[in-house]
Parts: sequence; C-alpha cells; structure tokens
Amino acid sequence: MEKTNKKRLWITLLCAGALLILVTLLENVLDPSKNVMLFISLKKGAVYALVAVSMNLLNGFTGLFSLGQAGFMLLGAYTYAILTIPADQRDAVYYIYNGSAINFSLPELLGGGPVGLVLGVLLALVLGGCVAAAVAWLIGLPVLRLKSDYLAIATLGFGEIIRAVFQWDKLGPVTNGANALKNFPTFSSFNIQGGLRLSTCVAFLLAGICIAVILLLINSTYGRAFKAIRDDEVAAEAMGINLARHKRLSFCISSFFAGVGGGLFAMLVNQAQAKTFTTAMTYEILLIVVIGGIGSVSGSCIAAFLYVAASEWWLRFLDTETYIGGFKVPLLRNGFRMVVFSVIIMIVVLFFRRGIMGDRELPDLLAGLSGKTRRKEAAGK
Amino acid sequence: MQYAISILLSGISLGGQYALIAIGYTLVYGILRLINFAHGDVFMVAGLLMVYLTSFLGGILPPAAVIPAGLLLAVVLTVVLGFVIERAAYKPLRTAPRMSVMISAIGVSYLLQNLATYATGGLPQMYPEVPGISSTVTILGVPTKVVTVVTPILVVVLVAALTQLINHTKVGMAMRAAAKDFETAQLMGIRINAVISATFVIGSFLAAVGSVLYFTNYPSIVPLSGSLPGLRAFVAAVFGGIGSIPGAVVGAFIIGISESVIKGSSWSIFSDAFTFALLIVILVAKPTGLFGEKVTDKV
Repeated sequence: MEKTNKKRLWITLLCAGALLILVTLLENVLDPSKNVMLFISLKKGAVYALVAVSMNLLNGFTGLFSLGQAGFMLLGAYTYAILTIPADQRDAVYYIYNGSAINFSLPELLGGGPVGLVLGVLLALVLGGCVAAAVAWLIGLPVLRLKSDYLAIATLGFGEIIRAVFQWDKLGPVTNGANALKNFPTFSSFNIQGGLRLSTCVAFLLAGICIAVILLLINSTYGRAFKAIRDDEVAAEAMGINLARHKRLSFCISSFFAGVGGGLFAMLVNQAQAKTFTTAMTYEILLIVVIGGIGSVSGSCIAAFLYVAASEWWLRFLDTETYIGGFKVPLLRNGFRMVVFSVIIMIVVLFFRRGIMGDRELPDLLAGLSGKTRRKEAAGK
Repeated sequence: MQYAISILLSGISLGGQYALIAIGYTLVYGILRLINFAHGDVFMVAGLLMVYLTSFLGGILPPAAVIPAGLLLAVVLTVVLGFVIERAAYKPLRTAPRMSVMISAIGVSYLLQNLATYATGGLPQMYPEVPGISSTVTILGVPTKVVTVVTPILVVVLVAALTQLINHTKVGMAMRAAAKDFETAQLMGIRINAVISATFVIGSFLAAVGSVLYFTNYPSIVPLSGSLPGLRAFVAAVFGGIGSIPGAVVGAFIIGISESVIKGSSWSIFSDAFTFALLIVILVAKPTGLFGEKVTDKV
C-alpha cells in the first residue's frame, strides 16, 4: 500500500513539474499579445482551480455545505492589496480619502527589488490567507453548529455582510470604500524585462503549491477524519473524532486557501474591489466543483480550466453576430454564451450528477486503465 | 414625524411584498426541505414578463385592456414557469441527496438570470405603470403611492385565502401530510408529485403578484433584481419559522420594516448585512424561528 502511495506521489509531482515547464515554454514561445485569451484562461483557471479545491475540501471532503467562499476570497484579496500597494502609489489610489491609513508596503519593507517583490508577495498572500482563516474561526463558532442548508444560507449571508463592511465609508482610509484598490504587484510583475516571461508560471506555481498542501492534508489522518465526518457524523463521533474541532479545522483551512486564492485573483485582475466578490462568484465556484465531481481534487482542477476556458474563450463566438454567406445565424448575440453555458451546467447537474471524475482522482483512473494494479491492491488488502 | 411615517409606510409595503415571496420559500421548504434558490429569479422573470407582455399586447389590444390582459398573462406564465422548473429540475432528483437538489436550484437560478440578461441585453427595463396602484395618495400628510396601501391589504386577503386552502381542502390536507412525513404520505396514497406541483404553482402565483407590487415601486428591472429580494424573503421565512405561513408573513414584515428603517438612516450600506446578521443570530439562538415546530433528529 505504502509503495503505491509513494509511486502516486512521484507521478503527481512529475506531472505537476511537466505542466509547469510546459506552461513556461508556452508563454515564452508564443506571443502573449497575440494569444491573450489563452493566457488569461490559463491564469484564471489556475486561480479558480485553487479556490474550487478549497471549496471541495469543505463541501466534498468534510460534507459541510458552505457558500461563503467569495467572502473569504474578498478578505484575502483586500489583505493582499492593502499590504502590497507601493508607498508612493498610495496617494493616487486613495485619492478620495486623502491618502491611506497604512503607509508601508511589504515588498518595499523587505528590501525592494526582485527579492523583496517575491518575499513581499508571498508574505502578503499568506497573511491574506491567515486573515481569512481567523475570520473563519470567529464565524465558525456560531455558524458551524448549523446543519446542511442552514449552514449554506448562513455562510451566504456572511459573504454579504463582509462585502457591506468593506464598502463602508468609515473604513475608507484602509479599504478605499467602494472604490477599487489597484497598482499593486500582479502576475505580470514577475515577467523579467527582456528575458523570461514568468507570469503564467507564477500563477501555476502558487496555485499548485497550495493544492499540493490540500492534497497532503486530505491524505493525512485529518483528511480521513474529515471523510468520516462526511460519511456519517454519528459513527465518526463514536469512533472518537472530535466533531467540532475537525469541522472548525476544515472550515479554517478551506478559508485560508480561499483567502490565498482571493489574493491570487486580485493579482489576476489587477484590482481588488468588494463588488466583484458576489454570491454569483461563489455559485460559479460551486458549479466548478460540481462539474469536476464533489470529492475529487483533480476533478475540480480539470473542471476549473474547462469552465474558465469555455466561458472566457471557446464559447466567445456565441456572443457575436455571425453571417455565413448572406445568412445570419439566429440567436447569436450578446449574452447567448452564458445561456448556452448555463444549459450545459444544468445538463451536467441533472444527468451527470457525478461530474467528470466522481470521487476518484486522476491517478486512480490511470491505475484503472491497467486493471491488474487494482486487482493486486485488492488482494493486498 | 412625517419622515418616520413615510419610512414606516414603505417598510410595511416592502414587508408585504417580501411576505408574498417568503410564502413560496416556506411552502417548498416545508415539503421538499429544499431552499428554492430559483424562487427569487422566478419573481424577477414575472416582472420582466409583465414588461414584455404589455409592450407586445399594446400593439393588438385597445389601450384600456392592455394592462389587465398583461397582468393576467404574466401571472399565468409565471405559474407555468414554476411548474416547469419543478418538473424539469427538481423532480428527477427526488431520490438524490439534498445537496444535489440545492445545486440544481442554484443552476436554475443561474440559467434564469442569464436568460434574462440575454433577453434584455443587460439593459434595465422600465416597468409599466399599472393604473390604480401607481398613482399618488396622501396618508397622514405623507405622499405615497397607492401600492403602499394596497400591499398589506392584499397580503392579508391572500394569506387568509391560502390558510383556508391549506386547512380546509383536500389539496391542503395532502400538503400538510407531505410536510409532516414525505414517505408516509406517499404510502397513504397521496400523489406526492401532484402535491409538490401544487406547491410550486401557489408559490409562483404569489411571487408573480408580489412582483407586480414590488416593481411598481421601482423604476426598472435588471436581471439581478430578483436575487436579493429573494434572499431577504428567505431570511424572513427562516425568521418566522420555516414551514409556517403566518411565521413567514410576520418575519417578512419585520425584515421589511427594519430594512426600510436602516435604509433611511446613515447606515444604509448595512441594510443587507443587518438582514443576514439577523439570520445568523436567529439560526444560532432559535433555529426553529418564531413559529416553527421543533424537529427532533432520530438516529
């Protein structure tokens, strides 16, 4: 058993490394200005994959149906943005409030230059995650006592509350009110001038590390406890699992990575604004999780890329009026893409309830292809 | 004083409109244990149907008949929509875990919003003036729209009729039985699918009526204008005790009035936050709400 686990770990690492190299190669061989959609889809896909996996940890592995993901992303995004806006840009960003209440930026504090940038961004992302986790801990105290759909609606409400708080005028000097925070380091800041373009690679690397940590967690004793809670709370409690502690742990960890994901999202769109982190965003991520398969990390990743690529790129043509010869193709006009898209989602939800992967992982599938390994494993048990 | 009265009036009218939506949530939740996330969007679609129907009928019918015919058609079509949604998106998942049904509801809500964006091109649509309730009257020295007065009366009438229906008809008895115990009701020969359809029909009908009252107060409809009122109405339903119709109405009036009070103060940005904070407090302190029945979980 241990041997197969080790082998799986190596295969996963190898695949991840290969993917990273491939993405870096792609970005440096192809001209990003000519393949805008490709690279936007890749980066956004990586960010969404992380957030979807973090949601899956909660919904798919612990069985806690939470809809607060956008709220935690907002916390991460704002923390990241507030800590990394360069000091000399602050007056321009906070012009409505006559400058910011916080007048340092982590990349500069850490020495500036490339080293400061890398360290500062990393630190800010981690702090963003910590803020989200701390808030999750607080929210979890009352909310985690609720069951299934009550938990869902309470966390949904929490997302709305957070959004209102961050748009509050009185907090303007810190959060810039309802206005966007911008001018902080983004993925493109990691492109070396005249040298390697690393922006997509950085997005993949950061998201990949976080997903790897979640994977390790899921395969640990904690992960097994989470799954036990999902499958049967009463039985899990009888087995000596501390329900409250494990639920809280899962909630905080999931929120931590949602916070990091929020920071990455801010880097992706070059701004952080409370009104982007709506319930609709949570739904989007939930649908990714469902399409990928509830309880499958690799499924969430694949679904995130498919979802983003389909909605941002492949189905774009549905939004533009098209003529074939003299014949105007009916129905195609602005907004049709999303209609087709939501119909596809409904079909998945209704007829392919297990999603792309069900609750299996990619290595399981590969192993399933050569039936021998599986039989051996069963015999080993 | 005048300011206070005007705020109270708009709160009561808002509360009445939420009550009509909240009943739809509470009925469906009582039977299916499903938060029908699409209900708020059905409410929005009812408003949009009214917009499109009146402009369409304006070309064929004499001017005096346009609004009544439009109203009637809009309500009928909304009811059909509610019925179709239940049959297409919830019925196939009857034996699936509750989470799947909820996800399906979210999917329907997403679909309706996108359809509405497609149909309107994302532009706000002007809601037609409904004669009789769009005009202005003065109450206690405060000018307000007639709809403010009509709403609470209409709500009381509709709720009274609904209570009669539920307590004194065969369908109502079947609904109560299904809410009590889904499976036993089925064993007793109650045609559960018909009962559930009836629930959705009633819910959509009330949402359609609510949308006429609600959108008369607002200049325009956008595809997203259903989602927040929907959520607030849901909070109202939880607040009053989910499954209980009087609870939903009382909860809706409380939510409506407090929203109107907060919107009138300098804390207006927190009006939704307050609603949801109230929800969390209620869920933690008294999960069964004001009038809900206590349910014990048997292992």
